[in-house]
Amino acid sequence: MITYIIRRLLWTIPMLLGITLISFFIIHLAPGKPSAIEQSLNPRVSLEVRERLEKLYGLDKPLITQYFEWIRRIFVLDFGRSFTDNRPVLEKIIDRLGVTLTINVSSLILILVGGAVIGIKSALKPGRLFDSAATFMVFFAFAVPTFWLALLLMQLVSIQLGWLPISGIVSLDYEYFSPWWKFLDICRHLVLPVFVSSIGGLAGVSRYMRSSLLDVLKQPYMLAAKAKGLSQRQLIYGHALRNALLPIVTIVGLSLPAMLGGSVIFESIFALPGVGRLFYEAVMSRDYPLIMAEVVLGAVLTMIGNLLADISYAAVDPRIKYKKA
Amino acid sequence: MIIANKQLFSGLLIISLFTLIAVLAPWLTRYDPSAIDQAGLLVPPSASHWLGTDSLGRDLMCRIIYGARISLAIGLIAVGIATLIGVAIGAVAGFYSGWPDTLLMRFADIMLCFPTFFLILAVAAILEPSITAIMVIIGLTSWMGTARLVRGEILSLRNQEFIQAAHAIGASHARIIIRHLLPNAIGPVLVSATLGIAGAILLESGLSFLGLGVQPPTPSWGNILIESKSTLGVAWWITVFPGLAILVVIIGFNLIAEGLKKEMGYE
Repeated sequence: MITYIIRRLLWTIPMLLGITLISFFIIHLAPGKPSAIEQSLNPRVSLEVRERLEKLYGLDKPLITQYFEWIRRIFVLDFGRSFTDNRPVLEKIIDRLGVTLTINVSSLILILVGGAVIGIKSALKPGRLFDSAATFMVFFAFAVPTFWLALLLMQLVSIQLGWLPISGIVSLDYEYFSPWWKFLDICRHLVLPVFVSSIGGLAGVSRYMRSSLLDVLKQPYMLAAKAKGLSQRQLIYGHALRNALLPIVTIVGLSLPAMLGGSVIFESIFALPGVGRLFYEAVMSRDYPLIMAEVVLGAVLTMIGNLLADISYAAVDPRIKYKKA
Repeated sequence: MIIANKQLFSGLLIISLFTLIAVLAPWLTRYDPSAIDQAGLLVPPSASHWLGTDSLGRDLMCRIIYGARISLAIGLIAVGIATLIGVAIGAVAGFYSGWPDTLLMRFADIMLCFPTFFLILAVAAILEPSITAIMVIIGLTSWMGTARLVRGEILSLRNQEFIQAAHAIGASHARIIIRHLLPNAIGPVLVSATLGIAGAILLESGLSFLGLGVQPPTPSWGNILIESKSTLGVAWWITVFPGLAILVVIIGFNLIAEGLKKEMGYE
């Protein structure tokens, strides 16, 4: 187990190098210098901004030197200052992190619990009404453009029925609420975003749970457990479920980049002040330091997520570490 | 045979219909997709405008029909690029194993770390948004699945007798890969490409919806929906119909993929 973890950890070094290399490549993708583009696209960009860009990326030095300079600063978490308000980029991101984390953690919980419940119910009676209905819904969930679903729900639930606020994270008169009402107010604002951002994951996890449980139920050890005289309840919850839940760990790790990417769209539609919307704003105003910081941090976060998923998977399933080591 | 496979049949039906609509666009509508009509702004669906008009008085059905051209073309070409890259990388990695394999597959792992939307938006921020740029960006960021698939397929066949025989009669590596190994991977690649088209169309619509994809006045299903943010509660048709078009096409491609899986005997 220890060797497996060490091997996996060592792999992160070339991975990190690769992530920074690709990100670095993107800044230099533009024909000519990024500073030149900045100026040609927007004549209002002053000479000062241009100089700042050149200094930030050390554009007068050779590419290799530029790359290592950049990496050195990233490793001490210095991502430079934002072009729009001159605040440190990292500080801006941390300010916005709370909203994104709240939404993504809530939808992750909804996805795991909801997906597991739907998947288990489907697998226990395959082909019956509930299973068919779930299959049908999953098919739609995979095909529906989520931002369109968001627009439809805003129209229906927020405008026509007036049940939930249409966008933003708090109401206008939030300041005057009691603490309890403040909490409730935020929750009301988060219902639609959390629901919409969970749709894809809910469909995926419930499908995965279904096939995984069906698979386990066919195993010889389940027959043995049945022969031992265990009740249906003990069979499912004591033996089958544990094994069927294993692959879900990996799914969660793999779904991280999609969740982060999706937050760009959801937070823009619902006007939520999270890192996704920050990224969108950065792209619109061509705030390069902020764009690069979010791309690198997003990728590193995903890498760490995958690493944790792999390790915890190996921890709960001893078969893995022998196969991979 | 095809009719017996209901999923494949209905999927193909949907996609052929939309392809036909895209190809025949100028003959299907008497309007011009960018013709502004001051007299008929936000007209609800009616006899003269079946799906209504937008806030500039442009016929919505006409814009959706022309949008089909853009959305389908982007889906097809982006996936074409992704499949070419994926097959090439997967084939080399699987056939040579050793360090080329490690290098290429780690590269794929690294690419998979980037949230696709972050990567695409970052590139879109640097390049001028254009239809070609979108096709290339989506293609360059979505080849990893195909590469892994092809590598796995080739890895499992590499040491089989018919490949050893090909080596023995002196066939070149390129010939063995192209003539003997890759044809065995066509099935899975076809399925993943079909799903890929659906994914690319969804990506393009999201990108255009954010204003970083296809630029107005050229209609795409994503950028028609931009307007629905400001007409929410005023003109439901602008929200409902373009999204419905995306939904139906995605369902079509997903059905084809499911049908193909069944046809080839793996689930």
